[in-house]
Amino acid sequence: MVGGLFIIITSQNYLKKVVGLAIFQTAVFVFFVSLAKVLDGTAPILTKIANAYSNPLPHVLILTAIVVGVATSALGLALVLQIYRNYETIEEKEIQSLELKSDK
Amino acid sequence: MNFLLINFFLISLLLVTTFFIFKTTSLISVVALTGAFTLLCSAIYVNLDAVDVAFTEAAVGSGISTILMVMAAAKLPEGKKNKLINLFPSIILAVSISLILIIIIANLPLLGDPNAPIHLHVVPEYLKESKDFFHIPNVVTNILASYRGFDTLGETIVIFTAGIGVIALLTSNTLNRKTNFKKNNKKNER
Repeated sequence: MVGGLFIIITSQNYLKKVVGLAIFQTAVFVFFVSLAKVLDGTAPILTKIANAYSNPLPHVLILTAIVVGVATSALGLALVLQIYRNYETIEEKEIQSLELKSDK
Repeated sequence: MNFLLINFFLISLLLVTTFFIFKTTSLISVVALTGAFTLLCSAIYVNLDAVDVAFTEAAVGSGISTILMVMAAAKLPEGKKNKLINLFPSIILAVSISLILIIIIANLPLLGDPNAPIHLHVVPEYLKESKDFFHIPNVVTNILASYRGFDTLGETIVIFTAGIGVIALLTSNTLNRKTNFKKNNKKNER
């Protein structure tokens, strides 16, 4: 999770930043699902043999969040593409220097 | 015991993947490694008894999102080996956040403890009643579609909004802000 945050901040490439965001998100999801685990439990599908189930509520939340996460990363990728169309680069430093040039 | 071993192995693989995503500069391999990362995550979900989540992650997380990223990476130029920015403050931030998280995790109930507070409220009723109410054995589906149906409606609205945003971003050519970028933009239209 911290690794994802690290990638977001340190890498210059915008696509890599989007990837870092996705990693960050997925790590949080894994944490949430790990809270739902019950030892000796099974998946929350009701059967006659099992007597303990994992907690289904975090599963539902994460199910929703995964899909929303894909939507946000799609939006981020569209932004990156549009930035590339306008600046012909997706490296942060190069965009900054282009900006400085155009301000003069 | 087995469960913990598998989990440890998968999580160390995740760390290795993250490290290589951080290292590599080629965009297409970043995308491929992200796909591998999400696939590993779905393996972890199976190990944690969250089969529905694993299914969704494998289909949506590592399927659709990887396809989207490959499509974006195909249009973008090859990544350059640039110097890392903000290296020192981000190391401080990362270390402090991980310390805070470790302190918090030490105070959480143990992994798999059946008497943790999360398992005692609302969920026992869901597990007991949902079969009689909806006649579907899968409790996750029951909660998603019935008990928490409005959440799912909200999710759909979010996806719809994101779709509108993506279409608006990709079709608009008016976002260029300075005249010398306008020239580049004209050249770039496809």
